[in-house]
Amino acid sequence: MKKQLNTERKLYTLCILVDDTPGVLSQVARLFSRKGYNIESIVSGATDRPGITRISIEIEADELIIEQIAAQCRKLLPVKAVKILDEDTCIRREIAFIKVQAADRAAREEVVQISNIFHAKVIDVSRDSLTLWVFGSQSKSNALIDMLSDFGILEIAKTGTIAIERGRSTIYDDSKLKEEYEYGKNVL
Amino acid sequence: MKISSTKAIMECLLEQEVDTVFGYPGGTILNLYDELYRYKDRIRHVLTAHEQGAAHAADGYARSTGKVGVCFATSGPGATNLTTGIATAYLDSSPVVFITCNVGENLLGKDAFQEVDITGIAMPITKAAFLVRDAQSIPDIMRQAFAVAASGRPGPVLIDFLKNVTSADQMIDYEFIPWRQNRQCAGIQELNSSHQLKNPEPNQQDVEKLLEMISQAERPLLICGGGVVRGKAEKEFREFAEKLDAPVAITVMGGGGFPGSHPLTTGMIGMHGSQASNVACAECDLLIAVGCRFSDRVALDPKTFAKQAKIVQIDIDRAEIDKNVLTDHHIIGSARRVLTMLNERLPQYDSTGWKAHILPMRAPSVAEDSPILTPQQILEVIRLQVPKGTIVATDVGQHQMWSIKYLHFDYPGQLLTSGGFGTMGFGLGAAIGAQMGNPDKRVIHVTGDGCFRMNCHELCTVEHYGLPIISVVFNNGTLGMVRQWQNLIYGKRFSETTLDRGPDFVKLAEAYGLHGYRVRTRAEMEEAFAKALSCGTGAVIDCILDIDEMVRPMVAAGSPITDFLLKEAAK
Repeated sequence: MKKQLNTERKLYTLCILVDDTPGVLSQVARLFSRKGYNIESIVSGATDRPGITRISIEIEADELIIEQIAAQCRKLLPVKAVKILDEDTCIRREIAFIKVQAADRAAREEVVQISNIFHAKVIDVSRDSLTLWVFGSQSKSNALIDMLSDFGILEIAKTGTIAIERGRSTIYDDSKLKEEYEYGKNVL
Repeated sequence: MKISSTKAIMECLLEQEVDTVFGYPGGTILNLYDELYRYKDRIRHVLTAHEQGAAHAADGYARSTGKVGVCFATSGPGATNLTTGIATAYLDSSPVVFITCNVGENLLGKDAFQEVDITGIAMPITKAAFLVRDAQSIPDIMRQAFAVAASGRPGPVLIDFLKNVTSADQMIDYEFIPWRQNRQCAGIQELNSSHQLKNPEPNQQDVEKLLEMISQAERPLLICGGGVVRGKAEKEFREFAEKLDAPVAITVMGGGGFPGSHPLTTGMIGMHGSQASNVACAECDLLIAVGCRFSDRVALDPKTFAKQAKIVQIDIDRAEIDKNVLTDHHIIGSARRVLTMLNERLPQYDSTGWKAHILPMRAPSVAEDSPILTPQQILEVIRLQVPKGTIVATDVGQHQMWSIKYLHFDYPGQLLTSGGFGTMGFGLGAAIGAQMGNPDKRVIHVTGDGCFRMNCHELCTVEHYGLPIISVVFNNGTLGMVRQWQNLIYGKRFSETTLDRGPDFVKLAEAYGLHGYRVRTRAEMEEAFAKALSCGTGAVIDCILDIDEMVRPMVAAGSPITDFLLKEAAK
């Protein structure tokens, strides 16, 4: 039977383990622009294994596109493993810093109250502004930003989304697919 | 042992048994060329007229010998001139190591004279691109580069040395290790361990499943793709096809993977595929494609492609599976290994009925008489006069399609053509590389007037090295393939495709010190070609053709494979 691919567009997170070598991030990112897709967010950070970096990329796409980008990605020499995660299979979080205008005491108090509801923290304060720190899902930080927009938002900095699979399985797990890609990369 | 970095580069080439490199010197690569001067008795350097020619020559050398090609160029424009050649090698999975030098560390990123970020530019068109900033890493990187280029699905690799890395004061530790051993070395080992480098076996269950599918099929069709050629699996493929007793369609890149004159061959498939191939594709119930990526020139309309069939892909590159056409089953592995496993278990089948339906659709292979020269006549003259095993390098366009249709290729590396990237100007460079790598074989360069004009300056290389390459120019005074589209699809509006201009190719050949002939009839062609074969130097034969000659049959891009826009010529 030929494969059936989901044509519905949704938010996918692509988790990629790569060798920490110069240019590897642009090598990976290029695959998205090649297909004409805009990356929603991209995060790169260390892992439990030395010399290995984990890149998390968030993108809105359909299954065919995400599968193809993942395939091209797995083919790159510095890429060790690729996992496609969607909402149902993973936990996604991001951190946002929000600098909001608070010209008077009343405004400051109200901002602090709102931030408490969202379990956000005040990390900096000045006479006419507050800077908050919020950790959670993207919808949570968006909701907070929406509430604060009445006061006037001065600046936002976000980390972008990181994701990890639910349950015991990890990105390191071997599979037939992984073996198949290794065949093409390195048969000497 | 401590040796200089440039010496280490040369020694690393010798480790890989490289005896020929193609290239063009320049400012930043001077140190390397200076060392090459000392190695000239062991490494032959072929100087071309242009870096692009050198890139194609290294590519043609690699394709025709099965070894890794090597090409040198300087920084900046030297490096960017390589890019078309690199992309050509990448799209056709040809193993070439490109070596460039960049400005020194102190100037890097300062837009210095002839500086360009070539590793960045080459990223999408190479398997790997290395920037060497530390002389000590040279042996590891060189060994890795060759291993990567030749392993798995082959392809080009670029190494960019900073100029200071190649300067005389850079002494490094080096030990000569032949390539069969050095693939266990430090750098390689690191590469290996990260990918658990081993010789993985194709999955046995996948093989079983295909055998099961074959046993249930009544109308099987095989596609011989470039993977059969690159994997040198022609014997295994032939055994498989004969046991399966199935018609075999050959892609452009598959030319040489299966004998073109074999009774099971249905010819080319796709846009200019034969009626036999395309109808077989539409009607088969099992399609087994070996080393074929179903490019848009084969699977013109992926939705209707082989729609009655279960599609099985055998490929070494997992990323090719389901890329263009969704498949029912796949086996990952080298064509040779997978086919060997299949052959061990495959019984002899008989599909007489199915063959009797498909094979008679093949077009007659004898050229018709005509007072004016026809493309088929030219190719028939070539086919009848050249010695067996002659290598043919083509450019891109009508003459390319005609060559593949009317010449028969029997072994991998006999046909050199830019099938994936479609690079006009590829042929002459590739022919030079092939002749350098195969001094005992005859090399014919088939080209069109448009393509020839693009890189005909390489005739100086042909002359200088005394290469007996014959360039047969299909001169119809137009960009034939584009004109054909304009004729059929664009209402005969021949926008900028008429090439009513110089040079006179006969005089051009003579200006380069070669023999030139102009022919207008079959008899003249026979005479001129015989003279060219025996003249001892390179030659150019300018074949005057009708401007409206077309490649038949033709299916428009994106259409179902049997919707012929042009039918096969009547019998």
